[in-house]
Amino acid sequence: MSDPVLSIRSLNIDYVGSDTDFHAVRNVSFDIAPGEFFGLAGESGCGKSTIAFAVSRLHRPPALIRTGSQILVGGRDVLALDDEELRRFRWREVAMVFQSAMNSLNPVLTVEEQFYDVLRAHGKITREAARARAAELLKLVDISPDRLTSYPHQCSGGMRQRVVIAICLALNPKLLIMDEPTTALDVVVQREILQRIDKLRKELGFSVLFITHDLGLMVQVSDRIGIMLEGELVEVNQARTIYTDPRHDYTRRLWASMPKLHGAQIRQESAP
Amino acid sequence: MIQASPILALDNVSKVFGHADRPVYAARSVSFALHPGRTLALVGESGSGKTTAARLIMREYQPDAGQLLFRGTPLGKGDAKALKAYRASVQMVFQDPFSSLNPVHTVRYHLERPLRLHQPRLDGAGRTAAIEELLARVKLDPALVMAKYPHELSGGQRQRISIARALAVNPQVIVADEPTSMLDVSVRLGILNLLNDMKAELGLALLYITHDIATARYVAEDIMVMYAGQIVEWGAMESVLGDPRHPYTRLLLSAVPDPDRPFAETPPDSELSRIETIRRQSALPQPEIQQVAENHFIRPIP
Repeated sequence: MSDPVLSIRSLNIDYVGSDTDFHAVRNVSFDIAPGEFFGLAGESGCGKSTIAFAVSRLHRPPALIRTGSQILVGGRDVLALDDEELRRFRWREVAMVFQSAMNSLNPVLTVEEQFYDVLRAHGKITREAARARAAELLKLVDISPDRLTSYPHQCSGGMRQRVVIAICLALNPKLLIMDEPTTALDVVVQREILQRIDKLRKELGFSVLFITHDLGLMVQVSDRIGIMLEGELVEVNQARTIYTDPRHDYTRRLWASMPKLHGAQIRQESAP
Repeated sequence: MIQASPILALDNVSKVFGHADRPVYAARSVSFALHPGRTLALVGESGSGKTTAARLIMREYQPDAGQLLFRGTPLGKGDAKALKAYRASVQMVFQDPFSSLNPVHTVRYHLERPLRLHQPRLDGAGRTAAIEELLARVKLDPALVMAKYPHELSGGQRQRISIARALAVNPQVIVADEPTSMLDVSVRLGILNLLNDMKAELGLALLYITHDIATARYVAEDIMVMYAGQIVEWGAMESVLGDPRHPYTRLLLSAVPDPDRPFAETPPDSELSRIETIRRQSALPQPEIQQVAENHFIRPIP
């Protein structure tokens, strides 16, 4: 494996309380290779989103990354960046598609202005050049350049989500973090968007950190999957293997509690 | 759809929004029936009309055409007494257990209110006994949860309280609109098992509304697929899932996440456009229903 794009070592994140701390992430280590689609799975509160936010240092107090934790992106220590370095790092190195990102567009700006906003913040660019770049990026996600003059409310949910993804790719990031990116969309649109992402990462070479609670979807789209339980990464393996041959008892129980679309139905009295 | 006499039936019900010159059919000639001890799943994408169907049943909307039949009798408008009796028979469980319970009231209050309204002869001790029984039925410990407020409970526990509240009036029909979509995988199964138990033990008729077809297969014997306000395919679960005949059902099933196979390719635009025809031609007469198997029907694309 070539040098990883993301390398997380002994990551510990606590939510600091007045009496006791809540250990949200406990000693987590994993790598994501260039071009890899890595899925992070687990139930609410297991710490998967906390990790996603920590990678671009978007975590907020009371979340505290403990000393000894290491997050390397392209070999650079993210936790050691100063403010200006961090500003340049975000979006250029790691871009993030948030949960219900289709609502993260500014409702009073046109699509074009939202692209311009990003491009201008990260480098000198003329309006014309920004417009051309925006049109090119929209084409990547299969949206006509006519849409540059649209406001978010004039676009469908799926289209808004694709606009957000296009904006995220504006500075050719090495890593795209997607936290439940398609949860609010219907399955037909969801498939379309994820297939598009898959195609783009093969063409452009970026890696993906994908977070979802939909384990079936995760197996379908990821190269490798990490399973989290109460802040710990309990199993990491190839997507297919972790589904067909789970090693950790919790992983086994997760699959056993998922109703099946065909074949013999699961039988289970108690939850994992 | 099935023989025997249904508890509740929708007979060619339509609900139209928007202007007369550009009508939007939220429900168009929707017909189905709910039977005791059976679960009917209603699946479709957001905006397909699933929740409109639920609201029509809950009498939040009046149909623009067609009628609801309760035990074979058409439901009229505005008869308050009949409506109250209907409400006691048809209950709803909502999607979001975080907003469907009142944050300033205890579990006891939530369950006591329907009892006071619908069983006025019950005294305080009787109500307490009834609440304990309801909580036991949804597998919660009365001693632990009775005095708790919603924020002290987990999502799964809250959804169990919603179900107990629905059961408090001894209903015959329960409409569950995405009852597990906000819950984790492990918790979800517990709620689905509870719905299955209620159906079996209390002989309830269930309408299970979801976009998650795998859970629909887990709880329901029959399924309806809705698109653009119309039910495009319906029948026995295994028949519809195993041999989908309507292009939209095929599209939907091919896109549903399934760890047992890779993603199927999105069909060509021509196919998607053909399906869109249903939405575009919503004002034109509908094609005839076709029977494709013993208990399996489609309404073809015009």
